[in-house]
Amino acid sequence: MSVFVNKNTRVVVQGITGKEGQFHARQCFAYGTNVVAGVTPGKGGQQMDDVPVFNTVNEAVKKTGVNCSMIFVPPPFAADAIMEAVDAGIALIVVITEGIPVMDMMKVKNYISGGISRIIGPNCPGIITPGECKVGIMPGHIHKPGGPIGVVSRSGTLTYEVVNQLTLKGIGQTTCIGIGGDPVNGTSFIDCLDAFQRDSQTKGIVMVGEIGGTAEEDAAEFISNNVKKPVIGFIAGLTAPPGRRMGHAGAIISGKSGTAQGKIETMKKSGIHICENLGALGELCVSVF
Amino acid sequence: MKIHEYQAKELFRKYHVPIPAGGVAFSSEDAVKISNTLGFYPVIVKAQIHAGGRGKGGGVKLAKSSEEVRSTAESILGMSLVTNQTGPEGRLVKKVLVEQGLNIKKELYLGFIPDRTTAKIVIMASEAGGMDIEEVAEKTPDKIIKVFINPLSGIYPYHCRDVAYGLNLPADSVKEFTGMLNRLYKLFTDCDCSLLEINPLVITAEDKVIALDAKINFDDNALFRHKDILGYRDIDEEDPLEVEASKFNLNYIKMDGNIGNMVNGAGLAMATMDIIKLAGAEPANFLDVGGGASAEMVENGFKIILGDKNVKGILINIFGGILRCDVLAEGVVQAAKKTGITVPVVIRMEGTNVEIGRKILSESGLNLITAVDLKDAAQKVAAIANS
Repeated sequence: MSVFVNKNTRVVVQGITGKEGQFHARQCFAYGTNVVAGVTPGKGGQQMDDVPVFNTVNEAVKKTGVNCSMIFVPPPFAADAIMEAVDAGIALIVVITEGIPVMDMMKVKNYISGGISRIIGPNCPGIITPGECKVGIMPGHIHKPGGPIGVVSRSGTLTYEVVNQLTLKGIGQTTCIGIGGDPVNGTSFIDCLDAFQRDSQTKGIVMVGEIGGTAEEDAAEFISNNVKKPVIGFIAGLTAPPGRRMGHAGAIISGKSGTAQGKIETMKKSGIHICENLGALGELCVSVF
Repeated sequence: MKIHEYQAKELFRKYHVPIPAGGVAFSSEDAVKISNTLGFYPVIVKAQIHAGGRGKGGGVKLAKSSEEVRSTAESILGMSLVTNQTGPEGRLVKKVLVEQGLNIKKELYLGFIPDRTTAKIVIMASEAGGMDIEEVAEKTPDKIIKVFINPLSGIYPYHCRDVAYGLNLPADSVKEFTGMLNRLYKLFTDCDCSLLEINPLVITAEDKVIALDAKINFDDNALFRHKDILGYRDIDEEDPLEVEASKFNLNYIKMDGNIGNMVNGAGLAMATMDIIKLAGAEPANFLDVGGGASAEMVENGFKIILGDKNVKGILINIFGGILRCDVLAEGVVQAAKKTGITVPVVIRMEGTNVEIGRKILSESGLNLITAVDLKDAAQKVAAIANS
């Protein structure tokens, strides 16, 4: 078992002929993901390796039966690409693009409300079910298939660090999800926690948050009411100065809200095992899981 | 991106949002000239810096005559204005806004922000104007009106009515106020604002609604479609090293500690700063060189970090994964040689060919200390900090 993606997921890459899109489409393919189509407007009819390229997502859906899209389209055109995928009936849309205007994402999020599409990201490393399907830019080899831990994170390389420590301790993962570092994103911590709670193979969860917003606090409340599996939490940004955007568009302390201290306190109260020292996360996982 | 009050008011004028008569002055002579055009006294002289709390810090003053305008402007221009948002060193004031004094009946708060959770634009308003809105929200949340607007459908008259009647506006001001609310919403969405705040918005004795203050921040991600707004950027308000870093597309924020650090990815960069602190030292900066971390980025990163004279050691933490560590290590060695590194550098890297990478570092003849994992890196950084 796993959440959101598995060996049956069929992926179209929007922006497959760009530098990043091409590189990561190949990496995903090499990992074993069913990358069966690409979309670049104006390049329909071409091939990227053995993958057919289409002008529109609609065409890709009709000809190849894709149910998941991975988007590398640059920020000015990303909202358009996402909504194209939504209207083509794609169930899972993974948006890697960094730098999409907040206003565009707010419109997209309201647009998909009530529909069948789930968006992961933007500004995220993607999602991987180790050994089955990688839809994203994360290094596949650091993951260990078979579970029993689900990982959800707002970060990219920090997630790799966490996953690597799990793997080195011999702890595998069911699915690892990067929900992205932007203020407005498609899939929340709560969506992922809910999915992990329902997934029978997932026995525990690692949740990696950071400063800014209230997503971690909301997740903590959800956990105390709904999640029966053990959760380990880590929050980055204890030393971050207030009022500064720490790389991620969403990582900013505004006044007294969004601090790492505040999040950690709330999470502790909800029974989440807090990792105080990232260097020792692996050991904490061994003792908790 | 932040802009000055006078620039925000320029945008207000463009969108027909009422503001007090006045103008910006770079010298006391200009300030006097502007006050002479206003007609009567008192006028207000306001320091223009990118930080709040200017009034309490002594950067906003009343002047009752032309002579007082001159002396007030002279005292504010060139001062290092310290507020609760500037830090103890304060901010050098290079311009003042000179405005007509108003006959104020009531002070309100009005703000627009994007709401992360609902993906709606929120209008926040309160009758408790002129105060710290966070404090109001904390102590008396019932005094804050919140109206959520779906950006797909936009603002409707009922949104405006909700705010206007919630604020108990005088009947004569309602129509003017709702018109203004519509135009502010348009400004907010047209320009991709991430914050638009008027504190206070005043009702005058004549029941006119006027934006006494103006604060606008913009979504950095959207600046590519607002070349005109980029013209408002004031480099004097930014740290020189941060300005330099932005030229290299490096995400750098200067801090007060003495352990510099260079990391790929924002989350890991924050976590690395936290590790430095946990090891008993203080981070000198935040620096995200991006997911890829090329040799050129590392070289530029070294230059920026070493531009900070407080730095007595550097921690490089690169989790490459797909990235090849031998290539990265070559880059680090070259960059270190080029920039002439004088402080010890601890390097923790992870990715393909990590063993070859470590060998390149240790054989470089430079003061490069390799760490096998984060724990090891923290200990080695602590040793430098305590030396």
